Amino acid sequence: MCFKSIYTIKPLLLILGVLLLGTAQAEYGINFPEPAGKVARDIYDIHMLTMQIATFLLIIVFSIVLYSVYFHRKSRGYQADQNFHNTWFGHWSWVIVPALVLGVDFTIAHGANTVLKTVWDVPKEKDIMDLKVTGHQWWWEFDYLDHGIKIESRALTEDKAGDLYLRDVDNRLVLPTGTKIRFLHTSADVNHAFWVPELAFKKDAIAGYVTETWIEMDREGVFRGQCAELCGTWHSRMPIVVEAVSPEKFAEWVGKEKAVEEAAAAEASSEKSWSKEELMAKGEALFNTKCAACHQINGTGLPPAFPPLKGSPIATGAIVDHLKIVLNGKEGTAMQSWSSLNDLEIAAIITYERNAWGNDTGDVIQPADVKNAR
Amino acid sequence: MTTTTMSHDEAHHHGAPTGWRRWLYSTNHKDIGTLYLLFALTMLFLGGASAMLIRAELFQPGIQLIDPDLYNNLVTNHALLMIFGAVMPAAAGLANWMIPLMIGAPDMALPRMNNLSFWILPAAATMLILSFVVPFFPGGGTQINTGWTIYPPLSVQVGMSMDFLIFAIHLLGISSILASINIIVTLLNMRAPGMTLMKMPMFCWTWLVTAFLLILVVPVLAGGVTMLLFDRHFGTSFFDAAGGGDPVLFQHLFWFFGHPEVYILLLPSIGVLSHVIPTFARKPLFGYRSMVGAMLAVATIGMVVWAHHQYTIGMSLGAVTYFMVGTILISIPVGLMVFNFIATMWRGAMTFETPMLFAIGIILMFTFGGLSGVMLAVVPADMQYHDSMFVVAHFHYVLMPGAVFGLFAGVFYWLPKWTGNMYNERLGKIFFWINVIGFNITFFPQHFLGLAGMPRRIIDYNVMFTEFNVMSSIGAMIFGLSHLLFLYIVIQTIRGGRSLKKSENKSWEGAKGLEWEVGSPPAFHTWETAPQIK
Repeated sequence: MCFKSIYTIKPLLLILGVLLLGTAQAEYGINFPEPAGKVARDIYDIHMLTMQIATFLLIIVFSIVLYSVYFHRKSRGYQADQNFHNTWFGHWSWVIVPALVLGVDFTIAHGANTVLKTVWDVPKEKDIMDLKVTGHQWWWEFDYLDHGIKIESRALTEDKAGDLYLRDVDNRLVLPTGTKIRFLHTSADVNHAFWVPELAFKKDAIAGYVTETWIEMDREGVFRGQCAELCGTWHSRMPIVVEAVSPEKFAEWVGKEKAVEEAAAAEASSEKSWSKEELMAKGEALFNTKCAACHQINGTGLPPAFPPLKGSPIATGAIVDHLKIVLNGKEGTAMQSWSSLNDLEIAAIITYERNAWGNDTGDVIQPADVKNAR
Repeated sequence: MTTTTMSHDEAHHHGAPTGWRRWLYSTNHKDIGTLYLLFALTMLFLGGASAMLIRAELFQPGIQLIDPDLYNNLVTNHALLMIFGAVMPAAAGLANWMIPLMIGAPDMALPRMNNLSFWILPAAATMLILSFVVPFFPGGGTQINTGWTIYPPLSVQVGMSMDFLIFAIHLLGISSILASINIIVTLLNMRAPGMTLMKMPMFCWTWLVTAFLLILVVPVLAGGVTMLLFDRHFGTSFFDAAGGGDPVLFQHLFWFFGHPEVYILLLPSIGVLSHVIPTFARKPLFGYRSMVGAMLAVATIGMVVWAHHQYTIGMSLGAVTYFMVGTILISIPVGLMVFNFIATMWRGAMTFETPMLFAIGIILMFTFGGLSGVMLAVVPADMQYHDSMFVVAHFHYVLMPGAVFGLFAGVFYWLPKWTGNMYNERLGKIFFWINVIGFNITFFPQHFLGLAGMPRRIIDYNVMFTEFNVMSSIGAMIFGLSHLLFLYIVIQTIRGGRSLKKSENKSWEGAKGLEWEVGSPPAFHTWETAPQIK
């Protein structure tokens, strides 16, 4: 039934899969992917060790039970040994069996403890690279604390991602190989968990906590993972894509990102008065990436959890209230504070929300209005 | 004196009351046991239906049948219905029926409380079902999309259905505690003369330990959910970091209850096995004393290893090391229990009636689930397994064989005693095979899904996970529908169809114990004079 190791069962499952579907789709794994760093390799090894021990014990138990089921049956004329529990074995098995199990336990715990220490002890070196990972409903924010850049990473829609749907994002988490990286996990709202199997660790992102993990990646590649802690409606739409590149390429990428962020910051802080068309165009793009997961592209929302904006009292009522809810969020709901966005971005989003989908209030909100409302 | 004798005589000669009064006002342990079992069976089908809907949605990638919040609502309800609605009441039903018969007592010690502890259950179930359906009414708020663990802050976002859920948990808890008190008092005070604790049937031992566990941990859960209720409505911030609270505190409170709960579900079934295996191996239970010792050890260690459900929250190295070692050590008493069962079969003269088939299935599959549990206990490796489908596969391998199959074994084993009719053995065996094969097709592939990187509790998944999900869903349909056959067998046996033979006092050749000395079905009142145990 289920006592075979996964190595012997793989062909069987493949055949079964092919029979069921007629075609074996894409690539799929039955064990962890190739680890991408030493810590991950240690974790992989302890996983294989315990699995082999477990498989071995399982084979022993299955063999004894099946032997007994075959030979010690009444239909074969076997007479029950009424004194089996009175033999020396019957008297001492309560010591022998726990002693044997303890031996197995010790083997596992000893191996695990060594690995556990390397995983848990984040190196204290000064030049370790710090990366702050913040979980949001339902996207990831990556702060490169040493480089002063910030990446927002969201799932791509099905038509853009194709076969990688739910495993692909708009902005990848680019990281250098051969560098010790410390991950600092936290959350802006509910619990999330960062999980990329190649990096081999999983850590919860909990509001009010900062938890840490670390890795030094030793190969380049693109590693995909997902949020692993149930975080509400779109828990399934929080992929993580790590792109491991050489330190040189990473430095180049950092330079490029910085230039982009500086340009955006300069644009936002300019005193320029923006036209409705400009704000609407910017607002639509921003709304569709940041807000549409809940409020939907067409503004209809998903009531009752996510109210519609189309014709809503907030989006068509007083501008002050609209600004307030976007800047401060709404307590007790998934609506968080968006105050980390710059004035221009918020102005664009609010202008868009007040004029799109037939809301047609005609209002144009300038960055200066947002600044005053903060 | 005369009046006393009169009423005494009357008490002896009245039969079962008739009509609805017999059930609503019942203080008879057999009737209340039956009510518990019927209630559990109903909940089993509701919980099973929600599971089949979950698997139907996961049959293919994409969102086809239900929306994400309804999906998570079903995930939540499936767990709660199965744990609190099906397994615990079923085990309590077996306890009510069998404990007085086994220890030679005329009834449970506190019959009126027995009535109360059952009749709280339908109210609790109504609350639970309301928590599921309320969001479908206008103004009903959002659905419970948190899973049965109801971790804040997510559970604070949920609408009023979370309040129904919290009160349902309170009621279920009260019912469990009342039943536990009753069982402990019965077992400690009403054993037949000569039956010392170490002569008590194993099923009674397992329930004694279970009842103590329930009394110790259920109040902790009740406290936790009450604090959650206060956070939701009365502005406290027990679990809100922004107010100086701690979201992880809830996880500790929950799992302080949640982990012993696993043994609460498991132990009564271990008790059933301790009767089934000796009966069909025709030789006494191997290692009665070590079995009792192992069980006490499991309960004790099981109380202090709860945080292995939370390895990824960022505990200190010392804490995770302690929880890892403690968890791995549980394999010692559990291993001893499994060993004792195998040693009971060894050199027996076995026959393979349905209860025995389930018993052997449990030994094999529970060992499998236990071993994947040892893998999960290893902290560094759990950094991968945690919250993946591997965990889902693991705990279904532990709880299905460990708890549910044990209850099936118990029902088939004692059904002839309860009804006076022998069930249809051929159908029973067919049910076993479909059930067990369906179970394995459902949950075995989920190990691979987890290792390949599929998190649990997601409604939609990447195409790379398709193959095993298809397999798992097909298995789930076979597994789920097989329970209709179970229902048919049970109804057929109760009604005593023509093809069934009448059960004798001793339904099984190798059966031993006081319960086989009363009639089949037993009279409304049994053991009015306590038997003498040598």
